[in-house]
Amino acid sequence: MSMTLPKKLMMIGAILAVSACTNANGWGDDDGVGSGQTGATAPGLVTDQTSPAYFQQAIGDRVVFAVDQSTLSDEAQSILAAQAQWLGSNPDYTATIEGHADEQGTREYNLALGARRAAAAREYLISRGVAGNRLKTVSYGKERPLEVCSEEACYSKNRRAVTVLTTDLTG
Amino acid sequence: MRKILSSLLIGHLIGLSALVLPAAAQDGPLRIEITEGVIEPLPYAVPDFVATGSGGTEIAQQLTRVIASDLSGTGLFREVSADAHIGRITDFNAPVQYADWKAVNAQALITGAVQVTGNRLTVQFRVYDVFSGAELGNGLQFAGTTAGWRRMAHKVADAVYSRITGEGGYFDSRVVYVSESGPKNDRRKRLAIMDYDGANVQYLTDSSAIVLAPRFSPTGDRVLYTSYETGFPQVHVLDVGKVKQRIISSEDGVMSFAPRFAPDGKTVVYSQTQGGNTDIYTMDINGRNQRQLTNAPSIETAPSYSPDGSQIVFESDRSGTQQLYVMSANGGEAKRISFGQGRYGTPVWSPRGDLIAFTKQSKGRFHIGVMRTDGSEERLLTASFLDEGPTWSPNGRVIMFTRETQGANGRALLYSVDITGRNLRPVRTPDGGSDPAWSPLQK
Repeated sequence: MSMTLPKKLMMIGAILAVSACTNANGWGDDDGVGSGQTGATAPGLVTDQTSPAYFQQAIGDRVVFAVDQSTLSDEAQSILAAQAQWLGSNPDYTATIEGHADEQGTREYNLALGARRAAAAREYLISRGVAGNRLKTVSYGKERPLEVCSEEACYSKNRRAVTVLTTDLTG
Repeated sequence: MRKILSSLLIGHLIGLSALVLPAAAQDGPLRIEITEGVIEPLPYAVPDFVATGSGGTEIAQQLTRVIASDLSGTGLFREVSADAHIGRITDFNAPVQYADWKAVNAQALITGAVQVTGNRLTVQFRVYDVFSGAELGNGLQFAGTTAGWRRMAHKVADAVYSRITGEGGYFDSRVVYVSESGPKNDRRKRLAIMDYDGANVQYLTDSSAIVLAPRFSPTGDRVLYTSYETGFPQVHVLDVGKVKQRIISSEDGVMSFAPRFAPDGKTVVYSQTQGGNTDIYTMDINGRNQRQLTNAPSIETAPSYSPDGSQIVFESDRSGTQQLYVMSANGGEAKRISFGQGRYGTPVWSPRGDLIAFTKQSKGRFHIGVMRTDGSEERLLTASFLDEGPTWSPNGRVIMFTRETQGANGRALLYSVDITGRNLRPVRTPDGGSDPAWSPLQK
């Protein structure tokens, strides 16, 4: 099996050192521009409002959820509203929304739960004007925790939907 | 390997002995009733098989040790160690001195002969009921190659187990699982296959993409699993002999996972997610004739067929929490079968058809349990921080599952337990392991 990237997707700024780091974990599944699943830093300057770094760090690329829930809190809605606005002003970007669960659950259920969370974020972005064909979703279930402790402090960060920017070079 | 009934055949299998088993305290034949939860294992002796031919001695010793490991590993048998033996078996065909084996309290005696000719290996064995002074069943002979000596040992142990318990054996079987390495936040997963006891590990994929939950076909020659190779979780099938894999559900951007074979070996039942909603579907092994079996806004996943192929057990949170349901293999109305406190998932129908194994979450703990197919007689077999994903031994008497330990250094390991909740033990794997699936008994 060779490393494969999703069709037509390409990482932006692949020549940047940060992107090399992103890829250094050896995972074949695409990490996009600053990955939710690995917690890598997006390229660009955080002071540049058109950069993925700004999207990730200034706006916030992720929203978190309550235990076994996929409803969006007020805070999550305001983060997603800002993401929608940014995507509106930066039409060259598309995004994959990654849904994740904490480890308190069976593997299959958590895959389905992560999918619900990603879909909830996607629906909200669409309701704020982002075209549905710019937004894909994928669930990692409990396969890619960001935090490793077995306590709520970690679980609360792992129950997340992360908007990972991508660009479709072939339009 | 060819199984040959040898010229040793003398008499019929059952009813030859009048031994009293300490635990079950039964009158009648040398017999263990597995379902009763054996507390006191049956003592047996298995002196090194008598060897002839070049290299025979080493193979005979190794083979005898594997037989003992199989039998003692069940928790139903206890070996009387060779140090304690008074009797010596130097001639497989000479009469057995029962007094020597009675004196060391071996209730069962297994003797054997190993003959090596070039790369050909022949194994003969006999089982004796020591206290009644009679042979239990017939002498048997297996023939094969020296490279297959472990399988022959497992076949001998299966035959012994079968004679004493009256159940089919499970030692000549394999397990496909997910081998795990690396830290918790950078876990590498690849498919591996091994003998049921952890020997002969072979890797089937590399760790370039996440792989989950492999499942054997009814004949054991194919494996369904979920892979993120395309960036999305999708159902793949792998030919075990050729280590050749292909994707079978390839709709772009659509997640499909939790596949299992139907008993016909041609139909695949699995979960697919559309717009964040997960339902159960079937398709044929080439990815055609897709059919949707459930249509609900809730999560429907982890489907498993009854052995006759007529029904499917699955999990759903349509009631508000994860519970188990049974429906016709054609879909339609489903009947809830789990009603205890907590959440139930990953149901798996026993190969005997009598029980459903599941994962239960209750009060912050995880359990592996079994219940009858109508949900009655629920019995929890294990408890830990995280137990999940049961799979049945070919005879429906043992369950293997994933146990994950707590905290930042937590790792996943394979464990097995019998259906009475006894004999919980780790299954040795080179790295961590998860999502085991037990093969049928090999032919």
